[in-house]
Amino acid sequence: MRHTIAVLVENEFGVLSRVVGLFSGRGFNIDSLTVAPTNDEALSRITLVTRGDEQIIEQITKQLNKLIDVIKVIDFEPEHAIEREMVLVKVSAEEQSRAEVLRIADIFRAKVIDVTPKSYTLEATGAPAKVSAMVELLRPLGLKELVSTGPVVIGRGAKAWKG
Amino acid sequence: MKLNGARILLECLKREGVDTIFGYPGGTVINLYDELFSFKEIRHILPRHEQAGVHAADGYARATGKVGVAIATSGPGATNTITGIATAYMDSIPMVIITGQVPTALIGNDAFQEADIIGITRPCTKHNFLVKDVKDLATIMKKAFYIARTGRPGPVLVDLPKDVQIAQTEFHYPESVEIRGYKPTVEGHPKQIEKAVTMIMQAKKPVIYVGGGVILGNAAAELVALAKRLGIPVTTTLMGLGSYPENDPHSLGLLGMHGTYYANMAVSHCDMLIAIGARFDDRVTGKIASFAPHAKIVHVDVDPTSIKKNVRVDLPIVGDVRDVLVKMLKVADEIGPDAKACQAALAPWIAEIDEWKQKHPMTYKQATSVIKPQYVIQRLRALSDPDAIVATDVGQHQMWTAQFFGFTTPRTLLSSGGLGTMGFGLPAAMGAQAGFPDRQVMVVCGDGGFQMNMQELATIVQNRLNVKIVILNNNFLGMVRQWQELFFDKRYSSTCMELPIDFIKLAEAFGATGLQATKVEEVDEVIKKGFATKGPVLMEFKVAREEKVLPMVPAGASLTEMVLAS
Repeated sequence: MRHTIAVLVENEFGVLSRVVGLFSGRGFNIDSLTVAPTNDEALSRITLVTRGDEQIIEQITKQLNKLIDVIKVIDFEPEHAIEREMVLVKVSAEEQSRAEVLRIADIFRAKVIDVTPKSYTLEATGAPAKVSAMVELLRPLGLKELVSTGPVVIGRGAKAWKG
Repeated sequence: MKLNGARILLECLKREGVDTIFGYPGGTVINLYDELFSFKEIRHILPRHEQAGVHAADGYARATGKVGVAIATSGPGATNTITGIATAYMDSIPMVIITGQVPTALIGNDAFQEADIIGITRPCTKHNFLVKDVKDLATIMKKAFYIARTGRPGPVLVDLPKDVQIAQTEFHYPESVEIRGYKPTVEGHPKQIEKAVTMIMQAKKPVIYVGGGVILGNAAAELVALAKRLGIPVTTTLMGLGSYPENDPHSLGLLGMHGTYYANMAVSHCDMLIAIGARFDDRVTGKIASFAPHAKIVHVDVDPTSIKKNVRVDLPIVGDVRDVLVKMLKVADEIGPDAKACQAALAPWIAEIDEWKQKHPMTYKQATSVIKPQYVIQRLRALSDPDAIVATDVGQHQMWTAQFFGFTTPRTLLSSGGLGTMGFGLPAAMGAQAGFPDRQVMVVCGDGGFQMNMQELATIVQNRLNVKIVILNNNFLGMVRQWQELFFDKRYSSTCMELPIDFIKLAEAFGATGLQATKVEEVDEVIKKGFATKGPVLMEFKVAREEKVLPMVPAGASLTEMVLAS
């Protein structure tokens, strides 16, 4: 099962490596990882995507909670969360495919952020499924480079989670 | 008044009640040692290797219940502490390790004697700190001690750059510290406790299974009270030995790989297992799928990650074991029948266990021609003080000590349970003796483990530590040899230590007394003389070479598949 876990941590050096070390030390895998400061400058928020059965995820959340620098851990349920990621993608744009790239970009509300006679670079944000659907449509046209942030997640509703 | 970082560190230690530290000087802690030179309120013991210094601080902590403190210099000094730190981490021992570090301006520059000790110790400390500013030092020290001793205890490392030791600031030691991400759950949930007691009282075949958490949580008296109140038999892990008196009729002794037949049978047949401060190590459970197959499991632990890590749990209680045990006892008094009625209800179960006890007691085949190691352990018990502290190394002698010594008091067995560190025993005994100068302290070693840290004989002699060293010498790395015998067709690959070391001369070379027994009738004589002789004594017993630790559950087998002694 894929899980998106948010971890609120002290904004101090070495914290990320504690979190990551916990995964590597126990043989758990991280599919993606995003870290940035929050509205409270003393805190950072890590969003990570991992996989495992119920028991593994329980251990992961408990072990994360056990770290001294970790303030809160939430294993988001998909129906109660909004997930977004951003992707920058460079696509070949030859004579016959230029229009198709733009059409796809338009459908997915992606922005063209760089153009050359041979390429377009697009910026797209959205739910991971949407982003990957766009990438799959672009792939046959000649995907030259792709970079993604990995998802960040926030809970639905009025309740905020500030630590 | 402004103080320099080195002095501040010592003032912090003093305020934490530290009276003894184990440390090794070097370039990056020379300022600290300079301050220590005139700081007479703390006793400093110089080991001969940093690893031993940390084991000594660990032994001191295990025996006294206080936080152990060790110091090492940067680079090689710091990396030498790793085995000691990992040992303490696995057994949840409260310690603060202070390492010197190169000046802050040089950190990350591959300076002389620089190692990223924060990075290296991250997976084997409860937490660690790099002090970048002298102004933070006092608060960091307060946090370090607080983290080390609260919740599930553990080692905390403080890395202290040289320039921070020299820099000056006003000294103020905080009364308390607030750590946002660290709020251990101490009080057990009342509803869970009530549910647990109700479940336990309905059980027909309950067993209490106790780990080192009961000793670390100073809850042995509460454990005994609860077990007696409910009439439930108690088995312990290696780390739990001493928490329940083994001379009590309801004691089942050790369980697991080298546990008693009756403990393993009781756990395999029980309908309720009450795990307290124990973490279901694979050496205890054997094959997980067949561990306590008929039992509902109640698990009490201060560390939520220990619960449901290895086995299913029907009722978890997170909290300090002493708090939970006190509350359980109270609930039992409120809702349950009295002690007599509880005991009467469990009489058939106790009778079943007694039958197992009679059928397969913990025993070994005595010999007259050669000294049996188990016999030495029994005689040590018989001839030592009731509150004697016994450190062990790791291997066969460790298991024989666990099986045959008969521990009755908490904090009297000091043994590396989790990491299984050879070389632990001698320095741990040294630390315990420093903590309790007036108590009898002995270490039981094999010839292999002793040789891993035997340089500490020098420390013991120099500091007049009255440690009695017992070597069960079979000229083998015995436990590995046993596995080779049982599972590798007696192919004794590199486990024979045939070199004729004269341990007696070795002891004398260091200034200690050396005694030796080669015959059965010499055993008592040597032990008596050893205990009666003032100062450090090494007692070597030439024991049966191919004696095995039995009973034994082969690795990965079920607890009922025991290889028995008879």
